[in-house]
Amino acid sequence: MKIFPLTLVPSGTRIDFMRLRHVWVAMFLLLFVGSFAVVGLKGFNFALDFTGGTAVNVRFDKPVGVDDVRERLENAGISNAQVQTFGSGNDLLIRVRGDEAQVSVDGNTQLAQDVLAAASSEANPGRILSTESIGAQVSGDLRKNAIYAAIFVLVGFLLYISVRFEWKFAVVASVTTLFDVMVVAAMFSLTGREFDLTVMAGLLSVMGFSINDTIVVFDRVRENFRGVRAEPLEIFNRSINQTLSRTIITSLVFFLSVLALFLYGGGSLEGLALTQMMGAVVGTLSSIFIACPLLTYGILRVTKQDLLPKAKDEAALSRRP
Amino acid sequence: MLEFPRWKYALILVVLVLAALYALPNAYQKNPSVQITPSTSEARIDEALKTRVEGLLTAAGVTSVGTEIDENHLLVRLHDSDAQTLASDTLRPELGENYSVALNLASTVPDWLSNMGARPMSLGLDLQGGVHFVMQVDQAAALQKRVEGYADGIRTVLRDARIGYSSVERRNDNSIGVVLTEGADVNAARTQISTSLASASGQAVGGSGPQITTEGNRITVRLSPGEISRIASDAVEQNRTVISNRINAIGVAEPVLQRQGEDRLVIQLPGLQDTAEAKRLIGATATLEFRAVTGDENQAAAAVASGNIPADSRIYYNDAGTPLLLSRRILVSGDQLINANPQTDSQTGTPAVGITLNSAGGKRMLDHTLQNVGQRLGIVYVERIPTVRMVDGEEVRSSRSVERVISSSTIRGVFGREFQTTGLSREESTDLASQLKAGALAAPMDFVEERVVGPSLGAENVERGLTAVLYAFFFTLIFFMFYYRMFGIVTCLALILNLLIVVAVMSLFGATMSLPGFAGLALSIGLSVDANVLINERIREELRAGMPPKAAIVTGYEKASDTIFDSNLTGIIAGVALYAFGTGPLQGFAVTLVIGITASMFTAIVVSRALVTLIYAPRKKLKSLAI
Repeated sequence: MKIFPLTLVPSGTRIDFMRLRHVWVAMFLLLFVGSFAVVGLKGFNFALDFTGGTAVNVRFDKPVGVDDVRERLENAGISNAQVQTFGSGNDLLIRVRGDEAQVSVDGNTQLAQDVLAAASSEANPGRILSTESIGAQVSGDLRKNAIYAAIFVLVGFLLYISVRFEWKFAVVASVTTLFDVMVVAAMFSLTGREFDLTVMAGLLSVMGFSINDTIVVFDRVRENFRGVRAEPLEIFNRSINQTLSRTIITSLVFFLSVLALFLYGGGSLEGLALTQMMGAVVGTLSSIFIACPLLTYGILRVTKQDLLPKAKDEAALSRRP
Repeated sequence: MLEFPRWKYALILVVLVLAALYALPNAYQKNPSVQITPSTSEARIDEALKTRVEGLLTAAGVTSVGTEIDENHLLVRLHDSDAQTLASDTLRPELGENYSVALNLASTVPDWLSNMGARPMSLGLDLQGGVHFVMQVDQAAALQKRVEGYADGIRTVLRDARIGYSSVERRNDNSIGVVLTEGADVNAARTQISTSLASASGQAVGGSGPQITTEGNRITVRLSPGEISRIASDAVEQNRTVISNRINAIGVAEPVLQRQGEDRLVIQLPGLQDTAEAKRLIGATATLEFRAVTGDENQAAAAVASGNIPADSRIYYNDAGTPLLLSRRILVSGDQLINANPQTDSQTGTPAVGITLNSAGGKRMLDHTLQNVGQRLGIVYVERIPTVRMVDGEEVRSSRSVERVISSSTIRGVFGREFQTTGLSREESTDLASQLKAGALAAPMDFVEERVVGPSLGAENVERGLTAVLYAFFFTLIFFMFYYRMFGIVTCLALILNLLIVVAVMSLFGATMSLPGFAGLALSIGLSVDANVLINERIREELRAGMPPKAAIVTGYEKASDTIFDSNLTGIIAGVALYAFGTGPLQGFAVTLVIGITASMFTAIVVSRALVTLIYAPRKKLKSLAI
């Protein structure tokens, strides 16, 4: 038996992906609705970036360990406190998430005292140097911009793919991308992890990865429609099979490199890596099982005519008497 | 059949050399250091100071890597951040108020590299710490200023309508008291005042707008509580915009500017540890005041000597300490200024600042110059400098304003909105113009907190992020070498060049690397991998279809190029949109992503093809490919 070339996916697969397309699309609809429900009902565990909150700057008599203080705060019931050194080793910045509706800094004095009491120990008392709060309006802007960005990306995809391919492909690719982002967002919401700026960057990069996967499959579909004489279903199947090995290798390599980010990147990159890992899986599955099947339904049904160069038809029409 | 144009090889070589050169500065570790800058004009940076600083540090047991005098500051390089903290804690109280002592990360990039414009990538606040400021907006001053503006407007309309008045004054409770002369038409005055107020405040008189009450020949104008709070809030917002322009002028890639509470602004400048420079640019609330000159140097000197200063005038000094009498009345103030540019005066060839006023300011300037050609016009430069004094071990923060006459030139002709002021040095004119252009602050601001974000967390994040990216990268390389053999090695070379290009381009444009930036890097590596996988799989497919090896390579590259183009362009769309709508950290992500994608198109399509051609083209009887 030959060892080389190495193949993860055997060459010349002929898996009939389209046979169960009704099942895939039903699952797609179910998951899509479910994701909206999860995000809508459970929401996210937003971090200080988005909620606003209070930061307390404490100076200790002696240098103090960040992890110790974090643990003491945790024990005192102040969760989600971010602790970091600030300036010198004796100063700590402790940030506590505020309520979603916090605009004013009225409650801030009491909270600061609570944090101080929890963070200090008898051997190493601290005193408050300053307290500050991040207003909710700032974080409101951040959320609004994120949504604008996502909408803009989707519209950009729609336009570009409409020009390069056909509007049906554009709609399906954008819907699939939105689906991937929503499913990943819902999964993230279920983990209950903190949703901070890096997670948002992760979600947006899922959009990039997902559209990439889908476009590669569509590109082959277009090529086959133009060059092969066969039924649409057969063409979809053939295209998915032809790109299968590429899809799986890329996703695997990507998944494993993001796994390295998750394992070695430390706490700050965990949320980001997690969204990208989930995105790699969901994006791959949706480009195999969902993108092409969607092209066989209702007004999205693609025919050979859709992909033949339009100019010829018009030229032919104009030649008619 | 398998060939590749020579010029493309040359292009690849050029790109490789440039990328390596401009990525190189990142390999040099930065020295934690302490930077000493003079904060008053008496303070000097010289050998004496250097010896004194070295003595102080030796006494405190700090060993430095080296001490050097740069243009206008003294730089003490240290071994680690602990020594840095100790050194700054030692030097700060000893050097006193004349010098500012700031923590800095000094570059160790050799001169020949920096002369080529090569510099290391800066790291975001999350990766290396940075400067953190809180500024407090003086809302009371903003209110006072606005009310004085209204009073000024009332005086103008009354004068224009020829209604006599004996005084129009702002009272301490921020109402305006108007006293008309006996027999003046109170109703006409009232109408004039309400029109003037309506246009100035943008709200009709009565209701929620300003209230006017009359009592005999006295008219009182009161602002509604709603308007007062709106003025205060506007002042903070306007200052925020101004500060944001000034921060952009500093050139920090991902500054954070947030409104905190009622009247404070938080400024975070990642990568920047030179607090002195940042404070000078952000905090120096420089503004210009144009005042008529009421007495020349001789009269002013006499007035100072006798203590007998005319009631409508004040004594101002210029840089050389010569007194001058200027009118108490401000002709045009900084907030009426629209633009200011450093220029070279076309007549004298000396540095100048070209100034453009808004229409109100321009009209007043026109009115004044119409009547006063040949008279002198003084320009006063007002700077508010925050100070910190230690009183009984407590920090007392206050500010002093420095007012100096920077120009008292003769009005040579009638001018309105646009004119030039001369008499500044080149450096002063550039500095003044940029500060003025950044906009006028609606209200004075003070720093109420100044911090340097500890680099400990940042260093940890950098180390972890790098470890992770390296692991990811090496895993990818090893996988490719096994899976695609010879083509795998080619892919690996292309990927390494890809990473090099991204680092070089980001360094060249002074982009800031942040945690989201790592995500962008990971995604762009992912997309770059994808381009190579597409090509290699396509070649395998063509080989299986029975194509001869060389033809398979050519077809594989050509067919895959289209797909790569489409899939990468959608990625770039995402990046551009993110940049347009994103805030600081997201922009960092977007920049990395777009550069990464562009580089990957080049490395996958051009570079890897060049390498493959180089390897396989000379082999006459190629029977199989190691793919």
